[in-house]
Amino acid sequence: MKVPRSQNSISIGFAAKQIEARLAIVATISQLPNLGISQSQCGDIEIALAEAVNNVVEHACADLPDASGRITCLIKGDFLTIEISDTGRPLPELRLPTGSKADLSVPLADLPEGGFGWFLICQTASNVSYDRINGQNRLILEFQTEAKA
Amino acid sequence: MSLTSTLTNGVKIITVADNRIDAAMAIQFKEDMRAETNGGPKRVILDLSRVDFVDSSGLGAIVASLKQMGEGRRLDLAGLTPTVDKVFRLTRMDTVFKLFPSLDKALASLSH
Repeated sequence: MKVPRSQNSISIGFAAKQIEARLAIVATISQLPNLGISQSQCGDIEIALAEAVNNVVEHACADLPDASGRITCLIKGDFLTIEISDTGRPLPELRLPTGSKADLSVPLADLPEGGFGWFLICQTASNVSYDRINGQNRLILEFQTEAKA
Repeated sequence: MSLTSTLTNGVKIITVADNRIDAAMAIQFKEDMRAETNGGPKRVILDLSRVDFVDSSGLGAIVASLKQMGEGRRLDLAGLTPTVDKVFRLTRMDTVFKLFPSLDKALASLSH
């Protein structure tokens, strides 16, 4: 269903701490309908955005008390682009990790309790890219906006 | 974090009152689940009908909750909202847990 667009971009900064990150994720998702994104697609976008922002807090910015991040959303044609930038450490080898599927055919005690993050990002975003510019990480998630009915 | 629980016909039902199980509360959730499931009945149903969102940390905490219950017990999940359901299916965790569309459907299932 077409949602009227009342806003062209969203930009929300956050201190690299879990509670701040949660507030930024919730605030971003709540504004996505203003960019014409349907409620049903907001759920998929939240899955990817939450993992990306959690990675910033838990990995890039771990033990860096003054680190911060920013979420910027833009509509470009049929795509929603979400840029997540942060002042933390670069990704190892400046490369995106491969989001591989966890092995669940294991005994109960060996079931994985983590390592789903990049897999979920790759499953929900249409395209994922990463670069490092001016001492900051920049992760770009693209989503094809759903066909408007 | 707020969990409430009831015992119905030998089944422990734990209801999550918060609308998110995410990185900010995953550790607390796991500890609260440990307290709720310690020594109780074999079958536990986690009612997620008020939860709009679970991230990978929350998913990990639910898996940890199952593991800490130990062998021979069951943690079923009921009332998954659309995005929560999607996270379980994408990660194939729907093959580890039994998912029920509602608490009533979970209670009606006698396969315990």
